[in-house]
Amino acid sequence: MSKYHPQRILDCRGDACPLPLLKTKKAMAEMASGEILEVVGTDPGSKNDLPSWANRTGNLYLGEEEEGDVFHFFLQKK
Amino acid sequence: MSTNNAHQLAGAGGHILSTEIQEFINEQVRLQVAAEFKRLGLDPARPKRAALIASKGTLDMAYPPLILATAAAAMDMEAAVFFTFYGLDIVRKKKLSHLKVPPLANPAMPVPMPNIIGMLPGMTRMATWMMKDWMKKGGVPTIPDLLDFAKENGVRLIVCQMSMDVLGIKKEELIDGLEFAGAAAFLDYAADSDINLFV
Repeated sequence: MSKYHPQRILDCRGDACPLPLLKTKKAMAEMASGEILEVVGTDPGSKNDLPSWANRTGNLYLGEEEEGDVFHFFLQKK
Repeated sequence: MSTNNAHQLAGAGGHILSTEIQEFINEQVRLQVAAEFKRLGLDPARPKRAALIASKGTLDMAYPPLILATAAAAMDMEAAVFFTFYGLDIVRKKKLSHLKVPPLANPAMPVPMPNIIGMLPGMTRMATWMMKDWMKKGGVPTIPDLLDFAKENGVRLIVCQMSMDVLGIKKEELIDGLEFAGAAAFLDYAADSDINLFV
C-alpha cells in the first residue's frame, strides 16, 4: 500500500506530545541501521515534531501519508 | 604559496613529504584542535543540553518543564529539571497527583470567568477538573506518568535544598530518584547548557 516498506510499525494513535517522541525513540533504539519505522498517529503536532526529532537525532525522516485523521510517518534509522 | 612551501620542504631529496609524515602531522593537528575545542567547552561530540527550572506548584505550570525535559531526552539531549520553591510540589508524593489550576486572575479560562466568581468555593476544583479532562481526552500523559518517563529516559530531577529547608519539606515526602543541590550546582550545569528555561 505504502511506497515505503517499514520493518516495524508503532501505534501512537491517541497519544499527544511528548509520547510519540518517547515511543519513537524507544522503538528506534531496538532497530537495526537502515531499517524503516512507520509511526501511526493522530497528533497533528507530530507532523512537525517527528521531522525535528529525526533532524536532531541524525535519523532520516522519509515522509508522511494521511488517511483522514490518521497520519503515517516513515523514519529510517541512521 | 603552498606550492613553494612544499618545494622547500621537499629538500634535497626532491620528495614531497612522505605519506607517513603527512599523516603524522594531520593526526597532531586533529588532536590539538580537539584539545582546544575541549578547553573552550565546545566539544562537538557533546550532546545538546537543556536546563529547566520548575518554580510553580500548579498543574498548568507543572506540564511545560516536564514535557520539554522528556522531549529533550527523546531527542538525545541531556536534560535536568531544577525544582525550586512551590515547584517542589511537583515531586511531593502527596501533592503531585493533586496539583491544581487556579482560576483566579487567569484570563485564559475556557469560559472567561470574572475574578469574583473565580474566588468562590469549588471553582479551583472545577478548573482543575476541566484541565485534567482536556489532557486526558487529548492523550497527554499525567504528571506522575511524565515523572516516570523523565526518570526512565535519564532526565536529572534536581531539588533545591534551600527550598526544602525553608518550606520544611523532608526527603521522605518526595518521590524517589531525585538529586539534591543548591544554586551553584544548578548554575554549573546550566552554564554548559544550550537551552535554559525558567518556568
